[in-house]
Amino acid sequence: MVQPLDINRETPSQTAGPYVHIGCIPTFAGITTIYPEDLGLSPFSDGAKGDLITITGSIFDGTGWALRDAMVESWQADAAGNYPGQPGADPSVTGFCRFAADKDSGEFTLKTIKPGPPGSQAPHIALWVVARGINTGLSTRIYFPEDDHGSDPVLTRIEQRHRVDTLIAKKTGDARYRFDIRLQGEGETVFLDM
Amino acid sequence: MAKSSRLMPRDQTAHPRAYWPDYKTSVARSPRNALLSLEPTVTEETGPVFGHDILGKYDNDLIQNFTQGASLAIGERIRVHGRVQDENGRAVANALIEVWQANAGGRYRHVKDGYFAPLDPGFGGCGRTITDDDGCYEFMTVKPGAYPWPNRANDWRPAHIHFSLFGASFGQRLISQMYFEGDPLIRLCPIAATIEDQGQLDRLVAPLDMAASRPMDYLAYKFDIVLRGRRQTMFENKPEGL
Ligand SMILES: [Fe+3]
Repeated sequence: MVQPLDINRETPSQTAGPYVHIGCIPTFAGITTIYPEDLGLSPFSDGAKGDLITITGSIFDGTGWALRDAMVESWQADAAGNYPGQPGADPSVTGFCRFAADKDSGEFTLKTIKPGPPGSQAPHIALWVVARGINTGLSTRIYFPEDDHGSDPVLTRIEQRHRVDTLIAKKTGDARYRFDIRLQGEGETVFLDM
Repeated sequence: MAKSSRLMPRDQTAHPRAYWPDYKTSVARSPRNALLSLEPTVTEETGPVFGHDILGKYDNDLIQNFTQGASLAIGERIRVHGRVQDENGRAVANALIEVWQANAGGRYRHVKDGYFAPLDPGFGGCGRTITDDDGCYEFMTVKPGAYPWPNRANDWRPAHIHFSLFGASFGQRLISQMYFEGDPLIRLCPIAATIEDQGQLDRLVAPLDMAASRPMDYLAYKFDIVLRGRRQTMFENKPEGL
């Protein structure tokens, strides 16, 4: 026998289920009497520096169906690449947003300011996707096509180079991007364990 | 970032499998490729901060918060309390805990829930609190009912409360469910079964805690939570931002 290490195990995840909106975005779910507003309505407020961008997309299952019940959280740096709480961070950027797939179309929209590069990483927005049927929340990232990705630790580590494209948004217009997430099958998004 | 506080790698064996055929929705929603495992970066080491100032008077009282104290929810009154710590046993202070659940009849206040158990006009079904300096939290609610759901021919969810937790960083994000001691539906539930390690599943089952209950008022259940921990190292030699 040896001495015990005294490391706790993490509490196991369980699916967020079909009613995650009640707990995380209750106003969106029509429950309006408990909180004044939902948390993470916008990742920035008036006066935030940087370029306003709009990202739309859907989350597709392995059959090609867009999930209607998913909730996504995003976390990002400000326009200079600083995260809230870091020295010099833009006080008008909270960096955190919650948004849901539309219950009819399955499309989500994230309006934010374009993040700058945090350190040697390329500019990106971290996403965490939860829904019924997803047993542990899935982490991924949105990168942007116009940036230099050469020194990014995530993108450079993807062995199958064609899968890199699953993390790069498509530019669809002035300050507009499309970012689809595929949970399974052809074009399956790269999900992260970080 | 303090150099002695980098997140430890996530122990994926602590968590359920993504693909679990008895939980039918997971079949088409589980990635087939391996996750890309990397050291966390500043993106995972940081995270949103929620202050105690966001909390309203009734936020941690699901019995009263839907009506802001005008009436009481129907059901068995319970207090749920516990402590949030990390894998190293350190208390996680200021962790935002959001909970949601069905009412005492097993019905959610949600457009997609068509179960014919009635809605309770005094119950919304969500609440939130923030852990104190010792990592402790508590909230009042009614014990949720079990409910049937479309999966196999006759599947019922055991009584459960959904929990969402923010630690100090985005890389600690966790959503889970609390079950109740003695519920015979736990061992029949394909969602609970996604956690193959019985010891890990047991940790989602809150024991009845008579010592924390109040005579003639409420029963208590204790639910402790462990979030991903931080490595204890003397120094790091990787460049900042990686
Ligand atoms: Fe549920």
